[in-house]
Amino acid sequence: MNHGRKIKVLLALLASIMTPSIAITQVIHNEKSLYRNILVYEEEGQRCLSFSRKNENARQTCQLLSNPHEFVFSYTRMMMGALYLNPHPRNILIVGLGGGVLPTALAKIYPDTAIDVVEIDPAVVKVAQEFFGFQPSGKVQVFEEDGRVFIKRAVRAGQRYDLIMLDAFDHEYIPEHLLTREFLQEVKALLTTDGVLAANTFSSSRLYDHESVTYTEVFGDFYNLRVKLKNRVILKKQDGLLTKEAIEHNASQLEDRLKPLGFGREWLLPLFSTKPDWNTKARILTDQYSPSNLLNALF
Amino acid sequence: MAIEMLSGRILAPNFGNSIHVWGAIITIFMLALSVGYLLGGQWSVNQPSLRRLALILIIGAVATLPVIVLGDTTLDWIFGKVHDPRYGSLLAATLLFFIPTAVSGMVSPYAVRLLVAESRLSGHFAGQLYFVSTFGSAAGTLLTSFYFVLYFEIQQIITGLISVSLILGALALLPGPATDESR
Repeated sequence: MNHGRKIKVLLALLASIMTPSIAITQVIHNEKSLYRNILVYEEEGQRCLSFSRKNENARQTCQLLSNPHEFVFSYTRMMMGALYLNPHPRNILIVGLGGGVLPTALAKIYPDTAIDVVEIDPAVVKVAQEFFGFQPSGKVQVFEEDGRVFIKRAVRAGQRYDLIMLDAFDHEYIPEHLLTREFLQEVKALLTTDGVLAANTFSSSRLYDHESVTYTEVFGDFYNLRVKLKNRVILKKQDGLLTKEAIEHNASQLEDRLKPLGFGREWLLPLFSTKPDWNTKARILTDQYSPSNLLNALF
Repeated sequence: MAIEMLSGRILAPNFGNSIHVWGAIITIFMLALSVGYLLGGQWSVNQPSLRRLALILIIGAVATLPVIVLGDTTLDWIFGKVHDPRYGSLLAATLLFFIPTAVSGMVSPYAVRLLVAESRLSGHFAGQLYFVSTFGSAAGTLLTSFYFVLYFEIQQIITGLISVSLILGALALLPGPATDESR
């Protein structure tokens, strides 16, 4: 018995060592930045950015080599659902760059809209430009600093945004100061009255409950978009929920512009849910209480 | 060390979680401890007593209070004044943590003086003391970062730490006169 178990453990270990080298066909770029390991690789006709070799979930961004503009991940598609709530953002803030898929697509759809991107890791900015076709310009500016610091300063400076996208998490590490009631209050203060928040968040662990009640505490009821229990995107317009008709109207107006990204309202609209599917009695995350990574890993 | 673990959390809302914030925190804690060692050793030369050691503990605890009471105000003020988050976090760590850390650094050398009766055994006692204080730091770090943060708010943990210091100081004061005479 014991012997058999040992062999099993050995095999499992071996498998975990072998898997990446089998799955990753071609490593294009590999570097250790100040904050993480950055890996760019190509497999099955896709070029992907990963911050860890551990598993599939760690992929930050993937692009189809045949059509780099198409959105590969459902979460990026759901993030674009923010446009159904306000189809004419005059300026946009994106926290967390990754491969730059969101700012690249938004800059294409709205060439006259100012897009500010905050990314803490200069190495990620370089990789996005070099390998994923991300191009800063007069309209698309990148700020290499901590998202919370940027937002706090922007609020103080009286800056406001029509659309704020929070995309600073990966599956293994959450910047805990970007998931607290106080932080979300600062984000809310940075939104215009008809501004929209879009947040890419977690849905697999008990952190889901804590995260949901924290967003509810600050933003009230929100649209909760989930796909296969894997990804969850929170959408909320500052001045409240929209009627179904209004969302559908905006969606139909945007249909042609979102089509090149590889999806449309038929896929996205049914995901707009406002029903809480979490434990509403979970403890709210605050600057004083924010063990997000432990909550994510333990439960 | 427990406070050092939490100081990262305390600074994050204003200065972020970047590597320079931890650099600022560790720098200031090390600097404060080094100054504390020096002062503690110096102060132990004249009329060392358990009562004075207790006083150091109590002052250290009281000096930590501003972190709770004035923390947010101080951080917001610095945030408005200093735009480079490196120097902002350095200044914040200095204002909030330098004095309490320096005072707690005074404890070890002072205690060495009280413990050492003859120079032959000085290394023995110094070793024991280093063991206790560093082991305690390790325990504080582990408990805080693994468990306390899951159940308590940062301010509650710091209040707890202050209370422990105060209680230790008070206990050291209790049999005070008797111990003084015996020395």
